[in-house]
Amino acid sequence: MGETLGLLGFGPDGWGDELAAGAWLTLRLALATLPFGLTIGFLAALGRNSGSRWLRVPGSIFTTLFRGLPELLTLLIVYYGGQMLLSRVFGLFGEGQVEVSAFVAGMVALGLVFAAYASEVFLGAFRAISRGQYEAARALGLGRFSTMRLVIFPQLIRLALPGLANLWLVLLKDTSLVSVIALNDLLRQTSVAVRGTKEPFLFYLVACLIYLFLSAVSSVGVEGIERWANRGMRRS
Amino acid sequence: MRIVKAMVGAALVLAASAGFAGAKDWTTVRIGIEAAYPPFNGYNANNELVGFDYDIGLALCAKMGVECSFVAQDWDGMIPALLAGKYDAIVSSMSITDERKEVVDFTDKYYTNALTFVAPKDTGITDVSPAGMAGKILGAQGSTVSAQYLEEQYGDADVKLYPTQDDAYLDLAAGRLDAVLADVGPSNLWLAGADGACCAFLGEAVVKDDLVGIAIRKEDGDLKAMFNKAITDIVADGTYKTINDKYFPFSIY
Amino acid sequence: MNAELFERYGLRMLDGLVVTVELVVISVTLGALLALPIALARTSPSRLLRGVSFAYVGFFRGTPMLAQLFLVYYGSGQFRGALESVGLWWLFRDAFFCCIFTFTLNTAAYQSEILRGAMASVPRGQSEAAWALGLRGAVVLFRVILPQALIVALRPLGNEVILMIKGSAVASIVTVYDIMGVADLAFARSFNLSVYLWAAVLYLVLVETLSRVWAVFERRLGAHLAVSAARS
Repeated sequence: MGETLGLLGFGPDGWGDELAAGAWLTLRLALATLPFGLTIGFLAALGRNSGSRWLRVPGSIFTTLFRGLPELLTLLIVYYGGQMLLSRVFGLFGEGQVEVSAFVAGMVALGLVFAAYASEVFLGAFRAISRGQYEAARALGLGRFSTMRLVIFPQLIRLALPGLANLWLVLLKDTSLVSVIALNDLLRQTSVAVRGTKEPFLFYLVACLIYLFLSAVSSVGVEGIERWANRGMRRS
Repeated sequence: MRIVKAMVGAALVLAASAGFAGAKDWTTVRIGIEAAYPPFNGYNANNELVGFDYDIGLALCAKMGVECSFVAQDWDGMIPALLAGKYDAIVSSMSITDERKEVVDFTDKYYTNALTFVAPKDTGITDVSPAGMAGKILGAQGSTVSAQYLEEQYGDADVKLYPTQDDAYLDLAAGRLDAVLADVGPSNLWLAGADGACCAFLGEAVVKDDLVGIAIRKEDGDLKAMFNKAITDIVADGTYKTINDKYFPFSIY
Repeated sequence: MNAELFERYGLRMLDGLVVTVELVVISVTLGALLALPIALARTSPSRLLRGVSFAYVGFFRGTPMLAQLFLVYYGSGQFRGALESVGLWWLFRDAFFCCIFTFTLNTAAYQSEILRGAMASVPRGQSEAAWALGLRGAVVLFRVILPQALIVALRPLGNEVILMIKGSAVASIVTVYDIMGVADLAFARSFNLSVYLWAAVLYLVLVETLSRVWAVFERRLGAHLAVSAARS
């Protein structure tokens, strides 16, 4: 038992610091993906909710595509494809060397998947807001942008929050896929430790428990945010 | 195929125009290395790059009079990353094959490799020919000559491919594989260690003349010429032999 | 389209499609069988059953399936001796089985949550009425609660199957040649990105077909409900 704990310890003999570094990268990647995914997801929902076909159709295609593809496949296509595409584009301008870092590729791929699901959540929220809200805003003399900012958006957030919180938990788990594109996240660092120690069961179990811990902490945080968003709403 | 040729052609034109615009003069060369393939490349206990490939890379750079930096890259993405310009050359025990030559160029060989099966000591297999291996579960690292050889020659066996050589050895030791086909050098090292105690070489080498070179983008003909000259030079002046003897008791050139 | 590449890997890709379908169908079915007892345990009066099922569901829903797969695949390799002595090693030796095993446990956790929610949505009056009619235990569950719960559960279950189709791609990482596995193989040889695009098309066809079929399915079941509602 002492030996086992030694393997998990920090310092040169233990793998604790490697795992901690991995968990930190996992968290950073998920946090970096969030604003990107939310923005694209919101824009896609606006598109799908718009009166123009030219916005609706691309929005739907985007959502269908990234909700239908395996996350792993999206990740590899973005990683390899993005690299080839960019080096060709930059080749045009005489810049021979472009590098798509694994972190950026992971962020973009996970962000696209997140956005596709988030657009569903936003769309559902848009539709839950009654027409009367828009009409009332217009009656008050608010412009389109102000209506969105002052009337629709605050309600949208409250409606969308439970769905988005769920997506955050999914995102946290999906980050594990970036280990296949050589990003030293929690799972990959765990694999490195496994190769060094030949203790796969112990280390993968510990990795699972760390993911579980991150999920549990997130759930608590989400509950807090939900309470905040629902402040002022009448309790039923 | 035609489209691919057109695309490669287009890429070449773009790259060539990039070349004119940027006019590389190769004062620095970035080298891609897997860093997970001992004794050819890997990290030591202090997390520093070591290995035959690394030493050869350093010696070649010194000979060419250029400054070198090494970039670690997973094996699967080795060639795509070269094409994308993440580095300029791959010095990472990459065999020269026709398939790879469709997308990249190779220098002359810097060592000769053999492919040999490794199997549990109590294996019942006596015949390593495709007929003798029919129905067996064989493993190799993906995107390697071993993988290609198994896929093409051992169609009647169940071939499993792994992201790293280590994963294949791990499953061999765990008893999931009947045999692994791999380069003789790394297998030798693994068998000598505690993890390889289960296993031994099986039969004669099935491929003896696998040549290993340095992969370069097709448009960088000048860099290829520089490497070729440097390889000839380090072989001639004994630098090569010194490095060779540091890792192997026989010549692998 | 690269004809040579297609010739070499086109058929294998279809084999991969079959493997993906097998992985999903087998594990979703086995997972469904496990889901019911787990869902019942979650609402059981026994504290022990509730605790164990809560931990099970929490673990499998709170951790990545890839990590679970590594735990099963590489972890079982470590316990070869023990598994051999109980005669189970031949199962865990096989990567395909390890995938089925992991995916089943994973989807069972998600399906049990769907089922639990759906059963909770059946009004209390239904079971009270059944009890009043003298029906007992299993009959109430299978004849009264479950049929109504399943209609509510149908849509989330469809989504779960789609998530499994996509999630099953991780099998390729432990040497299983599903769609993704064949695509990796072809890409490793050719460095031609189009193989991943073929794979993408296959996955999209699979997912779209399923959601269409599921929608028809849902409409059929819903139709009968609509009729009975109209009659009452």
